[in-house]
Formats: sequence, C-alpha cells, structure tokens
Amino acid sequence: MRLEKVRAIAGKDLAVLRRRPNLLVSLLLFPIVVGIGLPLILDITVSRHHTTFASLLPLTDAFGFFFLILVVVLTTTLAAYAIVGEKVERSLEPLLATPTTDGEILLGKTLGAFLPPLGATYLGLGLFMALVDAFSRASLGYYLYPDATIAVFAGLGAPLAGLFSVEINVIVSSWAADVRSAQQFGSLVILPFIALYVAGEIGLVTLDTNAVLVVAGVLAILDLVLFFVSRGLFRREEILTRWR
Amino acid sequence: MIETQGLTRRFGERTAVDDLTFEVKDGEVFGLLGPNGAGKTTTVRMLAGLIRATGGTARVGGFEVGSPEGAQHVREIAGVVPDNVGLYEPLSAYRNLDFFGRLYGCQEPRRGENIRRLLGQLGLWEERDRPVATYSKGMKQKIAIARALVHEPKVLFLDEPTANLDPEASLAVRELLLEVRKEGRTVLLNTHNLDEARRICDRIGILKTRLVALGTPEMLSGTVHGRRTAIRLEAVTPAVLEAVRALAPREVRAEGDRLLLDLADPAAETPGIVAAIARAGGRIREVTEESASLEEVYLKYVREGR
Ligand SMILES: Nc1ncnc2c1ncn2[C@@H]1O[C@H](COP(=O)(O)OP(=O)(O)O)[C@@H](O)[C@H]1O
Ligand SMILES: [Mg+2]
Repeated sequence: MRLEKVRAIAGKDLAVLRRRPNLLVSLLLFPIVVGIGLPLILDITVSRHHTTFASLLPLTDAFGFFFLILVVVLTTTLAAYAIVGEKVERSLEPLLATPTTDGEILLGKTLGAFLPPLGATYLGLGLFMALVDAFSRASLGYYLYPDATIAVFAGLGAPLAGLFSVEINVIVSSWAADVRSAQQFGSLVILPFIALYVAGEIGLVTLDTNAVLVVAGVLAILDLVLFFVSRGLFRREEILTRWR
Repeated sequence: MIETQGLTRRFGERTAVDDLTFEVKDGEVFGLLGPNGAGKTTTVRMLAGLIRATGGTARVGGFEVGSPEGAQHVREIAGVVPDNVGLYEPLSAYRNLDFFGRLYGCQEPRRGENIRRLLGQLGLWEERDRPVATYSKGMKQKIAIARALVHEPKVLFLDEPTANLDPEASLAVRELLLEVRKEGRTVLLNTHNLDEARRICDRIGILKTRLVALGTPEMLSGTVHGRRTAIRLEAVTPAVLEAVRALAPREVRAEGDRLLLDLADPAAETPGIVAAIARAGGRIREVTEESASLEEVYLKYVREGR
C-alpha cells in the first residue's frame, strides 16, 4: 500500500467535489438545517409549553445520535459516485490502467467519500451545540455542550459510522450499474442506525455514553472487516466488461 | 516489446479475439486494422493488463500479462489511450495529467517537466488551468494522449484515437502520433482508418477476430494482385486490345483510354507489350505501374476473413 497513491486518489475526488456545486450544496444543506433546526425546536418547545431546558435534557442525549445518522445519510450520496461515477464518466478504465492496486484505489476512494460528509456533519454539530448553549445558558446556568456523550458521538461514533457507510456503499457501487441504483441500495445502510435510534426512543436500549462506546467498538471491527471484504469483491475485469 | 502466442478471449459463447500471434519490435509502430467488433479493443485491453485472456499468452516488455504481478509491471511501463477519453471533466488539464503522473509514480520535478513539455508540444500550455469540460473533442483527445505519455512509457496503446474526431482534429492527432513515433516509443495503434494506418504504421495486422493478414503496408498491397501496369493511349482500339491479348498477360482490362494489365514480371514483359501496341497502330501516352491500394487489400481480407 503506497500512501502517496491513496492520497492522490482521495485528493482528486475532493478536487472534483469542490467543482460540483450541486453535490456540495446537498452535502452542506442538511447538516446546516439540522444544526439550526433542532435547537430552534427545543427553544420553541420551551417557550410554548412553559417548560425548562432542564426537563428536556433526556431528549438532548438522543440528538447526538441524530448526527451519527446524518453522517451515514450524507455518505451514501457521495460514496455512490465513488466508483459508479467514474464508470459513467468513463474514467475508470484509464485509472485501472495505472499501476495502482485494488487496495490503494479502494482506500483512496473511501477517504475521498468519507472526509467531506464528516466535515459537513461536524459543521452541523458545531452549529447545534453553539445554538443550544446560547438558548439554554440562562436557564441552566451552565453550558450544556460539549459534554462526554456528544464527544464520544462526534469523536468515535460519527467517523466509524461514516466509514461503515462508505465501505458498504463502495461495495455496492462496484457492483451496481448506475449511480441511482447504487444510492438506493447503499442507502439501506441507514436502517440499522434508525432501528437503534428508535429502540433508544422507546426505551429498549439507553443510548448513553456506554452504549455509544459499544456501538463504536462494533463499528470499528466491522469497518476493518469490510475493507478486506470490499477488496476481495473488487473485480477490475468485471467492472470493465460487465458495464458497457 | 510485445509478443503474443495464440492469444484468445471469449465472452461467454462469443469469441472476441481468436488465436492471435504476432510480435511488435522495440520502437516499432504497429497498427491493428479492423472493422467494428473485430476485437481491437479486447486485444489492447488484454495487452495492457486490464482484462485476462481466456487462452494463449502475451508478453509486454518481457512481462507476462496473464499473471497478476506481470500485469502490474506492464501497467507501469505502458500508457493507454482507451476508446473513450474518460478525463475528469471538472478538473483542469494540468490537474488531470498531474493526477495520472502521481499514480504512475512519476515524481516531481520530472512530473511537472513532462506535463509542461507535453502541453507545450500540444499547444495547450496556455489552456492548462481551464476545466477539461470546456475543451473541444480534439483537445480532449490530445490530453488523453498526453495522459498516457506523462510517465514516459516504453509502450503506448492507442484505441482508435481519431475515431470520433472531425477531419481537422484527426489531422492534429495524427501529427501528434508522428511526433510520438519520432521519439522511438513502441506503439500499438488500433484503427479502422486505412490512411491513418498507412501513414503512421511500420507494419499492419488486419484483424477480424483472427489475424487475417500481417505485413508492411507495401507488402500487404503486393499480396492482392501483382503490381498492375497501366498504359494510357490516345484510344484503345480493338486491334490494340487483340495485340496485347495475344501476348497473354494474366488479365487485360480496358478502362476508358487506359489498358490495365496484371503482369507477372512487369520489367521483362512491358517492352514487348509496348512494341506490340505500336505495331497495332496504338499511340502510347504514358506507361505507369501501380500497386493495389491498402483499401483494396483491406476489403479483400476483411471479406474473406468473414
Ligand atoms: N464485455 C464484453 N462482453 C461481451 N462481449 C464483448 C465484450 N467486449 C467485447 N465483446 C464482443 O467482442 C467482439 C470484439 O469487440 P471489440 O474488442 O470491442 O472490437 P473492436 O474494438 O474491434 O470494435 C464484439 O463482438 C463484441 O461484441
Ligand atoms: Mg473498439
């Protein structure tokens, strides 16, 4: 594995993304809306129902999970382009003609599709924490964020979930025929996260710091396994000859 | 540089390339000429280490393309211009070339120097920072060729580089190929354009799933019929025709004011024929020898190779 090749591929994908305003907007829009929307909902709830922020605190824990789901959603948009996009634009053949190994291509593609959604999610999360703090500081008497739970979500959960989603999508997209079907199949990756969120909301599991640590541990193992699976499933020849 | 032995590729029931055996020497420009579906793309993909053969073997630069390690080495020493340019349209020409230079392991400052030289040669240095999407088809094709040359490959594979270009852009690309030729690189050029093959290639293989003919353009022309002798007269009279037929060359044909003869040995037979025509009252204006055009050769082989 030659890291300068991995970096070249990731850097190229980032450079292409910078020149695709539509994709960039869809990447940024959602986190910004969520990052501003959630605190506003909290604030409106407090003022409409004459409750206090303190009484809403059990709710805010689950919000961290929201951002984990967000990074997964955003990643599917981008990762579907990673391989199918190159195929559609016919640029995969010259890429495969270079002395770059499957592992280098996959790792480069993974990083290129993983970093922008993570950055966008952090932007949303930053807005969320700043606004919640601004709205709640007076009534709580202290700054709610950052706290341990959100730190674990942001520092461990989000990157590992993002990586998980990219890898699933890279696997799907090296087999799918077009970007849309890659996105449709790939977006199923969100289901386990939604299930976990719902389970948390109805009290089947508690999504506290410990729970997130367990989820992160499981994801870390899956991420590693999936990387080797994706490399094993990557068939350059089939990618060139099956889609014509 | 390139050696194939019984190279074969099947896609399910269909045989795309059958039992291909040929050799391309170092520094030679070899043309694979054939109609659509002849197996040109499949052949180049096998030789460039992109897809595997289902039978036979091939070596490029001494490396076996059939083994994964061999294919990896071949990809290092080869440059490929696929039938679709496949550039990253949002990125600039410079960025495209720089990216491929990196993947080919070409380090700075050589990478930058090569890019500058290639873009300069193509007259595109001034346009280097424009997104490729704004380029004309011909410019894109030139960039695709530059992309395959950025790491100074030993062998260059070109898959129909002028197929989708207008005549002017085709000409520019052909001129570029003549430049590449001068640099002494080994080139395998796929084309269905006869004129291109004749002007650029040292040797030509005519492909129709199998290799149906192989040789220099001149040699191939000689295989269709002997060199043809054309005699232009003031008028072709029945007496002249009879006199020539009496000398029994293999074929005599009158075409307007010309007599077309297929002679086994033109140098020995022409003087006698000229004298016979004069005796029959024919007045000769011009005697020329012509060989078959590559087009005739191609059509003959492609039809027979069916
Ligand atoms: N991926 C593929 N799957 C099935 N058949 C193919 C594939 N690629 C090429 N062929 C078939 O192989 C033959 C040769 O194709 P190709 O190499 O593309 O010819 P050319 O480049 O000379 O036009 C054609 O009959 C084509 O239909
Ligand atoms: Mg072709």
